[in-house]
Amino acid sequence: MAMNLSRLTIHQARALLHSRELSAQELTRAILERIRATDGTLHSYITVDEMQALAQAEAADRSLAGPQPPPPLCGIPIAIKDSILTKGLRSTAGSKILEHFIPPYDASVTRQLKDAGAVIIGKVNCDEFGMGSSNENSAYGPTRNPWDVSRVPGGSSGGSAACVAADQALAALGTDTGGSIRLPASFCGVVGLKPSYGRVSRFGVVAYASSLDQVGPLTKDMRDCATLLQVIAGHDPRESTSVDLPVPDYQAALERGVQGLRVGIPKEYFVEGVQPEVERAVRHAIEELEALGAEPVSISLPHTDYAVAAYYIIATAEASSNLARYDGVKYGYRAEQATDLTEMYHRTRAQGFGPEVKRRIMLGTYALSAGYYDAYYLKAQKVRQLIRQDFLDAFERCDIIATPTAPTTAFQIGEKVTDPLTMYLSDAFTIAVNLAGLPGLSVLCGFDAKGLPISLQLIGQAFGEETLLRAGYAYEQATAWYTTKPPIT
Amino acid sequence: MRVNRQEVQRVALLARLELSDAETDELVAHFDTILAYMDKLSELDTDRVEPLAHAVDVKTGDPDRSTGKRGFPTLAGRLRDDQVATRADANAMLQNAPQRQADFLKVPKIIE
Repeated sequence: MAMNLSRLTIHQARALLHSRELSAQELTRAILERIRATDGTLHSYITVDEMQALAQAEAADRSLAGPQPPPPLCGIPIAIKDSILTKGLRSTAGSKILEHFIPPYDASVTRQLKDAGAVIIGKVNCDEFGMGSSNENSAYGPTRNPWDVSRVPGGSSGGSAACVAADQALAALGTDTGGSIRLPASFCGVVGLKPSYGRVSRFGVVAYASSLDQVGPLTKDMRDCATLLQVIAGHDPRESTSVDLPVPDYQAALERGVQGLRVGIPKEYFVEGVQPEVERAVRHAIEELEALGAEPVSISLPHTDYAVAAYYIIATAEASSNLARYDGVKYGYRAEQATDLTEMYHRTRAQGFGPEVKRRIMLGTYALSAGYYDAYYLKAQKVRQLIRQDFLDAFERCDIIATPTAPTTAFQIGEKVTDPLTMYLSDAFTIAVNLAGLPGLSVLCGFDAKGLPISLQLIGQAFGEETLLRAGYAYEQATAWYTTKPPIT
Repeated sequence: MRVNRQEVQRVALLARLELSDAETDELVAHFDTILAYMDKLSELDTDRVEPLAHAVDVKTGDPDRSTGKRGFPTLAGRLRDDQVATRADANAMLQNAPQRQADFLKVPKIIE
């Protein structure tokens, strides 16, 4: 076929696959070719599973030729963040400590993708254990931003966002603990959705901060986002924090429009420190929603400024506990030279973890340690309550909330690595959403003077993904920013 | 300085992390700036605020809150009966062991 196959969206590819104008194997080979041509520069992938991908594509072609209607992602090449387990396929979570880890089982979301007929192309790069905002904390080297390869793709799901932006997969799964889907989606100009806490199973997802972690899709457009969410959403008996609520028809939600939808604009997200071009583009996007029939409402989320501090106590505390499992005993790296058990623990962890992971384990251990628990951890949990209450109050007056996804566009590789606090503040606009357990959607809404993507964040009520998709789709179709492609060839 | 080298070493022991001298010095500096930033939380009066450990309500059993008046779900009543089931096979799990002997994980000697 003459067309550029790697550029297809899921829904475009599905139409061609179903009409048999395109085979799943052709599509998978086109993606593998695209990865060969571009990944030397971008480094989105940690592991490409060429053999299995081609085998899955062959199976998809058989299914497409068969009498039964094919499953929703039949023959669609999808990349999975390396912190999500894939049976028999190395899953490192971006850490040296899991360099040779071969999962004995699939994460529930991986199984759901496979059951839906997807072709798992490979595992994509991320900050170690999801801890980072730039992808520079991967033990396997940073991913580069397809819009400007001297810049970061955002993190921690940087590989997921870069591979979708650069057409190295039709879509990807990421995880988001404090912005790790939305920030890279913003920096790379793709759609990124962090679902409500409990909407998607975390079974088989390498844990960072369990009360905040959530899996979600990164896609080329809103329709694909709805498709992928439909496949992964729902209750999982193996995951006690997944919630047993009915899963709506997300495709059907797309075309409902925004007539009468009340869009809250929190003044705390339009402050000094926001790049002026970002503020302009986001305000313009809100005007566009208004032109489509939405009603803007001024709101206040008064505790916004405390979210980063509360998050970096809660998340590091949970991380220090979660990462205690990497002790060199059951799986993962073990330091060789140790003579006794304590020395083995200390050295294994010293050699296996990178600097940011150690920093967070240390901060979390400190915050939970005797004498500091009340001052830090308990205080942060109380502030978390105030932050959630802000949103509950705001949703009395509006249906969704619109903010910038990030205060700036993508920054230079190396620009913030020596200053952890400045790096943490990249997540200033995404973190509160995780603390409150709400869904958040990042939608491309323009470019700065350097040609770097700017995105609008839409925040919904818990389990209100339909409303986000509906607003996102209306905006996307009216503006078509998403049709602009990065210069990487 | 909020946290000195000795304090950092104490936390490192709790976290089972061996730190080099350079790492210890760097953490002293980073703790200083990061904890100073965390101090802003003390501006807030939280005496009468209930701590929130989880955005999904894990405590209340009130069915009205199962979808929540304001959409927040609850995890109450989610405990199930124990069931016997077969999960991933033992051999696949043991293949990730740093050291194994037959069907056992091998570790350094613990008791002298």
